[in-house]
Amino acid sequence: MEGILQFFFSNKETIFIIALTIFLGLEVISNVPSVLHTPLMSGANAISGVIIIGGIILVGHADLANLSEGSHLLNLVLGIFALLFGTLNVIGGFVVTDRMLEMFKKKKK
Amino acid sequence: MTTAITNGDIILEFSYLLSAIFFVVGLKLLSNPETARRGNLWAASGMLLAMITTIVLHRNADGESIRVANLVIILGAIVLGGIFGALVARRIKMTAMPQLVSIFNASGGAASALVALIEFSNPENESALVTLLGLVIGSIAFSGSMIAYGKLDGRIKDLFSRWLTYVNLLILAGILFLLVLVLVSGMPFETKQTLVYVLLAVSLVYGVSFVMPIGGADMPVVISLLNSFTGIAAAMAGFIYQNQAMILGGIFVGAAGMILTLLMCKAMNRSLINVIIGAFGGGGAGVDREKGIVKEISVTDAAVMLNYSSRVVIVPGYGLAVAQAQHICSEMDQLLEANGVEVKYAIHPVAGRMPGHMNVLLAEADVPYEKLVEMDEINPDMPKTDVVVVIGANDVVNPAALDDPSSPIYGMPIIKVHEAKNVIVMKRGMGKGYAAIENYLFYADNTRMLFGNAKDSLQKLVTEIKAL
Repeated sequence: MEGILQFFFSNKETIFIIALTIFLGLEVISNVPSVLHTPLMSGANAISGVIIIGGIILVGHADLANLSEGSHLLNLVLGIFALLFGTLNVIGGFVVTDRMLEMFKKKKK
Repeated sequence: MTTAITNGDIILEFSYLLSAIFFVVGLKLLSNPETARRGNLWAASGMLLAMITTIVLHRNADGESIRVANLVIILGAIVLGGIFGALVARRIKMTAMPQLVSIFNASGGAASALVALIEFSNPENESALVTLLGLVIGSIAFSGSMIAYGKLDGRIKDLFSRWLTYVNLLILAGILFLLVLVLVSGMPFETKQTLVYVLLAVSLVYGVSFVMPIGGADMPVVISLLNSFTGIAAAMAGFIYQNQAMILGGIFVGAAGMILTLLMCKAMNRSLINVIIGAFGGGGAGVDREKGIVKEISVTDAAVMLNYSSRVVIVPGYGLAVAQAQHICSEMDQLLEANGVEVKYAIHPVAGRMPGHMNVLLAEADVPYEKLVEMDEINPDMPKTDVVVVIGANDVVNPAALDDPSSPIYGMPIIKVHEAKNVIVMKRGMGKGYAAIENYLFYADNTRMLFGNAKDSLQKLVTEIKAL
């Protein structure tokens, strides 16, 4: 319990931002025609691939000189997989969303 | 160890702020048909910006930048994952779109879980709580999405029994127990490390058992919910690095995904709890009412009926998608329009395997956006409609939802096709729909059945209409 309170206090700015971001998310989406539910879900899915930044940081600062030490090698391999999966999510997600929306555009002429 | 703040750090944080703004603007634009494509580009640019500035400017706690050797590995992984993702996304058939979104969501969840797993063993990481939450939520999103994929692809059958609900609650309690245990107990680090692997395994199992009993017809809701989970998991990882782009992007998607999930539930007139726990499919025998006789119609008669009516409404369902019949359907529509028939499409919010699935398919076949009418708008016009053509849809036109309280779909809004003057139902056979519920529409006096694969039937209809 104390840990949680401590966590709240040391991250209070971020937690304020999060509370407001939640409202922002609800507000932005609440008025969407069902036509766009699939592309919207797919686009949001691509954004959730932002974990790729975490992958970049992990692999970027891995100590390549001391790979045999402890679980460094395992962590590097797992990190590379995280990066691969994250990229798949981001690039695939945006491309497939664009493909769906491309069709909406074509018929308007 | 803290190091002095450099210009690079400031530029990096500023670029994260820009990325977050790009995400919000992107999703906002994505929620309007006119601007949707631009919105997607905005969001993608935000992501690209965050990736590039992180690679170039990120420094760890010791103030070290990313080294060249590491850079090569990073770029290699990005190029590999990117090429693969882009290829799959380009090549996949439009009908398999929901499956693909599940797979992408699963890989996002896996990435979050992996990052959390690695970071737990990092002694410099002080936020064990968010790390473990990221691990749990990411793993559930991963395994749950894989099961959702299997169900959508028809590889995994529904498995429902009452006890599974209790098993799920038990697993959930187990996850909470493990979380608390690792967080507060004073056990040695090695033991905790082992427990974290157990936590990972239990979370993966929970993802499976959570999605397993949910009916295939409810998969859209589940995917949207799991999408929201992936966002939250990414935000948790963002906490570890105090990375604003990850926190904001993740939470924003988490909230947006959650509201989208609730909107979908609302479209089915069910609560989220009901979707997750409620039994769907099979069982529900319902009242045994008088079944009429099933009356078939020949292709020629159907062609004549369509060609000489003034208002036709097409109700597409998953059967249209499976048969890849959207193009031939659009061709029939154009033929009828040329002969002076007004043709509209009635889109049920949950038709197909994903909300908006039908819109995407029909748009692919060049059906103008204005011809797609939403359920609530078209229902009042039903009595004035001469012929309704139901193509591979079932539950969304089942009148039992209106008048049979014992039916599992009772209360779900439907397209009231039974009020139209004539109904032609295209179906492969008399099998039940995805929710496995008897449909009395097929026995109604004004209904005629046209059995066969939707694409073949439509092809024959087009030939007949041309010959008239």
